[in-house]
Amino acid sequence: MIEIKNLHATVDGKEILKGIDLTINPGEVHAIMGPNGSGKSTLSYVLAGRDGYEITEGSVSFCGKDLLEMEPEERAAAGLFLAFQYPVEIPGVANTTFLKSALNAIRKQRGEPELDAMQFLKLVREKTKALSMTDEMLKRAVNVGFSGGEKKRNETLQMAVLQPKFAILDETDSGLDIDALKIVAEGVNALRSPERSMLVITHYQRLLDYIVPDHVHVLAFGKIQRSGGKELALELEKNGYAEFGVNEAA
Amino acid sequence: MAATTETVEQVRAVTEQKYKYGFTTDIESDVAPKGLNEDTVRFISAKKEEPEWLLEWRLKAFRVWQEMEEPRHWAKLSYPPIDYQDAHYYAAPKMKDRPKSLDEVDPELLKTYEKLGIPLREQEILAGVEGAEGKSPAIAVDAVFDSVSVATTFKAKLEEMGIIFCSISEAVHKCPELVQKYLGSVVPYTDNFYATLNCAVFTDGSFVYIPKGVRCPMELSTYFRINQANTGQFERTLIIADEGSYVSYLEGCTAPQRDENQLHAAVVELVALDDAQIKYSTVQNWYPGNAEGVGGIYNFVTKRGACRGRNSKISWTQVETGSAITWKYPSCILQGDNSVGEFYSVAITNNFQQADTGTKMIHIGKNTRSTIVSKGISAGRAQQTYRGLVKILPKAEGARNHTQCDSLLIGDQCGAHTVPYIENRNRTARVEHEATTAKISEDQLFYCRQRGLSEEDAVSLIVNGFCKEVLKELPMEFAVEAQKLVGISLEGSVG
Repeated sequence: MIEIKNLHATVDGKEILKGIDLTINPGEVHAIMGPNGSGKSTLSYVLAGRDGYEITEGSVSFCGKDLLEMEPEERAAAGLFLAFQYPVEIPGVANTTFLKSALNAIRKQRGEPELDAMQFLKLVREKTKALSMTDEMLKRAVNVGFSGGEKKRNETLQMAVLQPKFAILDETDSGLDIDALKIVAEGVNALRSPERSMLVITHYQRLLDYIVPDHVHVLAFGKIQRSGGKELALELEKNGYAEFGVNEAA
Repeated sequence: MAATTETVEQVRAVTEQKYKYGFTTDIESDVAPKGLNEDTVRFISAKKEEPEWLLEWRLKAFRVWQEMEEPRHWAKLSYPPIDYQDAHYYAAPKMKDRPKSLDEVDPELLKTYEKLGIPLREQEILAGVEGAEGKSPAIAVDAVFDSVSVATTFKAKLEEMGIIFCSISEAVHKCPELVQKYLGSVVPYTDNFYATLNCAVFTDGSFVYIPKGVRCPMELSTYFRINQANTGQFERTLIIADEGSYVSYLEGCTAPQRDENQLHAAVVELVALDDAQIKYSTVQNWYPGNAEGVGGIYNFVTKRGACRGRNSKISWTQVETGSAITWKYPSCILQGDNSVGEFYSVAITNNFQQADTGTKMIHIGKNTRSTIVSKGISAGRAQQTYRGLVKILPKAEGARNHTQCDSLLIGDQCGAHTVPYIENRNRTARVEHEATTAKISEDQLFYCRQRGLSEEDAVSLIVNGFCKEVLKELPMEFAVEAQKLVGISLEGSVG
């Protein structure tokens, strides 16, 4: 699905990613754990194509294509989805309008017919129900006045509607209480399938109790320091990141 | 490439081809010689076979105008001096007589309006309405081409209800007493430099009279088109809503793409009597000039409505995307007790466009209320100013005003300015002013693009969200058009 090779990236001349290697196969869920400042969010932004990051070395191949050559919207159309740590507010734009524009923009790029209002409404209502979201939330402006939990549920809804091949969940657990976390995790788990891969980025092990990964990687100082199965997460929970030379108390 | 450099480049690349109304119609015209003097005024009046009183009124205005100074200091606009002698003040497509029906209108003209998307053939419109599941009512159109009205649709149907909708030149002959009573009663001939010039040389425009208690069954609309080169357009619109009546009126404007600047100085007067309501919507898309700031329309317009009667209401909604320069302050004089004035505005300036626009709400009667919602979007190197006056006179017990002024900046070379004037002379009045300035954030753009939207679609979506409060005030038929226009006007302006 996605193959990251020796990826180096700098922000304002400072190297943040110092040679990431990671391969994710279809259907796999990988978790990247790491302390603050280790480059977790940078990795997600670089993969999604945000401006302001310079790739100095390495390559990323996504479904056989050179991901780094593509515009952010082309990556979205190719099936890459980023669930944001801090979902952005867009005043005056109804959630449904946003979702419909996004879905149809992607369908158009793929050469598929756009959905009309009725078809879209049917689809979105179905998905909304599964996430115990209300129709009222669909009418509200994108993320404006949403609680932390509502914002994350909204990200999950977008993922459910857009049906990506590869989803990156950036600190999806941040700002969620345990009930909200469970709802979001359920939504994400419902989207797991043999064709869909996920990269779950998190600081804490807690999320991984609900979204159980196939592989866990520890990211620190811009490099993957160790990889293992889901038990690695539990070990980190117990011992912290000290083993990797990180003093979290500082 | 830095986002801002990229912005400027893209704006350059994109803007010129985006003005799709820039074509010229090849038609034989009757043009007044260049220059402006009393003979020009007499020429126009004679062309229109006007009564003596109107010619006298024009000449009075012209004499006042000659003594007036162009207002060049208070508005935040900069442009080279205008040579008022170097323009034609009258241009009309050659016609033997004013066509009596659409069948007599020059096919070239009909084609022009077709190209612009303005339907002038009543039968087709009627057919279209039947097909449209009855949701959009027909629109009656008065089409003004350069200096004259070339066609007015649905006249007969409206006449059955006593509604008069025709060109103002026609109204001068058809109902002189109404024209004489109200012309200049809201914007007097001494009002300001451009309005006074308009009084002297106005050529055509629309006239509307809605009789007592009548609710006008369809949207009335005027479509203004400047075609002839080196011609000023000076149209004059007068709308009178008699007691208890209602009318919704729309105007649209376009002009060919030309390198020289063209002057447009219109006057619009609205009069609402007891319990009457006028809703006036504008989508202004005059040619804005090219990406280097060459060409474009100078739009100096005086629009004013008088809420003369008790419980009357006048509502201005404007979407201003065109013109090189916009100088425009649609205002309400709230004379009748409990009368209501509203101003909803979206102004978009890109490249080198400049706009100094806003409103005046003059509270005279008791319990008069006004609402101002202004949304300004500036991109490229454009400069935009909101300038608004809220004036509460001593007798306006319990007057209320709420003003909300929001500016959105795209890129870092444009400017937005807010200049509110508030004069309150009554203790019981309440005046509120809110203002915000924001930029389209990188976060918002990236978020949209990550979801699959192109940069341009993202800007269009964000800006439409920003303007939503105003766009929803437009009649349905216009709202969709306006939304698209918002997107087109800003294409390539991402920063």
